[in-house]
Amino acid sequence: MYLTPATRRLLRAGTALTLAFIYVPLVVIAIYAFNPRRTLGWPTGGVTLEWFDRAFHNPGVRDALWTSVRAATGATAIALVLGSLAAIAVARHRFFGRDTISFLVVLPIALPGIVTGMALNATFREVLSPFGVGLGLFTVIVGHATFCVVVIYNNAVARLRRTGTSLEEASSDLGADTWQTFRRVTLPAMTSALVAGGLLAFALSFDEVIVTTFTAGSQQTLPIWILTNLSRPNQLPIVNVVGVLVIALSMIPVYLAHRLTAGGQSGPAATPPLAE
Amino acid sequence: MTAVAEPSAREPAGRRLAGFLWRRPRLQVGLLLAGPLGWLVIAYLGSLAVLFVAAFWRLDPFSGEVVKEYGIQNFQTLVENDVYRRIVVRTVLIAAAVTVTDVLLAFPIAFYMAKVASRRTRALLVVAVLMPLWSSYLVKVYAWRIILQENGILNWALDPLGISGPGFGDVATWLVFSYLWLPYMILPLYAGLERIPDSLLDASGDLGGRPGHTFRRVILPMALPAMLAGSIFTFSLTLGDYITPQLVSSTQFIGNVVYANVGVANNLPLAAAFATVPVVIMVVYLLVARRLGAFESL
Repeated sequence: MYLTPATRRLLRAGTALTLAFIYVPLVVIAIYAFNPRRTLGWPTGGVTLEWFDRAFHNPGVRDALWTSVRAATGATAIALVLGSLAAIAVARHRFFGRDTISFLVVLPIALPGIVTGMALNATFREVLSPFGVGLGLFTVIVGHATFCVVVIYNNAVARLRRTGTSLEEASSDLGADTWQTFRRVTLPAMTSALVAGGLLAFALSFDEVIVTTFTAGSQQTLPIWILTNLSRPNQLPIVNVVGVLVIALSMIPVYLAHRLTAGGQSGPAATPPLAE
Repeated sequence: MTAVAEPSAREPAGRRLAGFLWRRPRLQVGLLLAGPLGWLVIAYLGSLAVLFVAAFWRLDPFSGEVVKEYGIQNFQTLVENDVYRRIVVRTVLIAAAVTVTDVLLAFPIAFYMAKVASRRTRALLVVAVLMPLWSSYLVKVYAWRIILQENGILNWALDPLGISGPGFGDVATWLVFSYLWLPYMILPLYAGLERIPDSLLDASGDLGGRPGHTFRRVILPMALPAMLAGSIFTFSLTLGDYITPQLVSSTQFIGNVVYANVGVANNLPLAAAFATVPVVIMVVYLLVARRLGAFESL
């Protein structure tokens, strides 16, 4: 479309400004990770790798990282199974209440996190504690899986709709039974969408704070470790390093997921969770 | 075909089951949905129901124990108490301010991505906006804490001009929320603007509409559903947050009160009652947004 040169320049300036707004804080935290001083005044006083070393050898950080990895892996695994089952049901079958499924899957992430967190917390305390199951890694995984299902579901449904059913029909016509068709036709067609969804679910779980604070009990995931240590001034240099680490660890899966699905015509996988 | 070479021992059983299921599509759907629905309905909707019921319990003021008798005293407290009313109003006002700010910041970049940038630049910009959307929420808030603090980079940059930054408080909360949810506004808005056919904009120009006119009469009305779709995020996320206000201000938001009542005060019934406030606001908001066509832009 035609735009006056002045309008174009204005749009460019606006774009640059917004991008700067998005990235400057991330750059600032990266600079602080190399700060030799213990205090947070600006300007920082040079460059050092000392805090990376300390963070690496910090038992609290290591435990929290390990907990986060286990929680994210567990939640992603559960979400992969539940999300793809629901996606196959919705994309390949007609049944009463089909439209409700998408709504139900989206709900845990559309409602404010504090509501989801509190609801799960109340249930765990009322229902699970009589059986001797306290808050811990298990409840964190249950909570994270609940809101991770939507990412897998959205990716899988989009892929199934796009690939259509003709290949599956051809497979049955050639004598394959349901399992063979699933293993050799449907699953291979879904794989990259599931990997992309899985990466996003992992990133989503790895970063989550609000639901986690309600379900973790005494377990510390990496974000919870950061939250607790923010109030301890002598830990802040290590918090800076961990922050950079967390940003990098969550951006890489998102980038990969985007690359995996960007080839298709029907939109990127990593659009906001509600965006179908 | 390799399928023939499968071990034949368990194939008949598998094939029989496959045939059995093939003839019963309803059972197939049932089996597919049993897991996901079981999980979401029992673990999630069940939990929401527990929460809703808990809102009608009360706390014994002497023993500090939850009494499971039903009454509306928690809601009475919320309506009658001045402090709670002010907190609700403050939260909603900040959520609205954040939404407006994000629309203003998102529009130029979304329009540039949708209508001006080359394919390559557009793909790059989409990734550039997506990656921070998914990257650690907590670290981003913390970064702003460092930037806004007394001897931080903002005051250092503003000092030569003889002014100082906002410090911690409501302004900081507004700024940080706007920062956090900005990508959630850019992406739906970009998708919405991309759907406007170029020919419509050209037609408006050909018919004598000046750029400002085209913007007001063609682009804005057509982008409105997308803006509303984005505002669902900016609104809902602000209403449910308690960590940002805690880190960059000392004022209370709905989330803080809920969190304090679950944790410190151990008053689950009151917390549950207060948590219904953002849910009700969001449900009303979603209904209005649906009427205005925002759901097609989600």
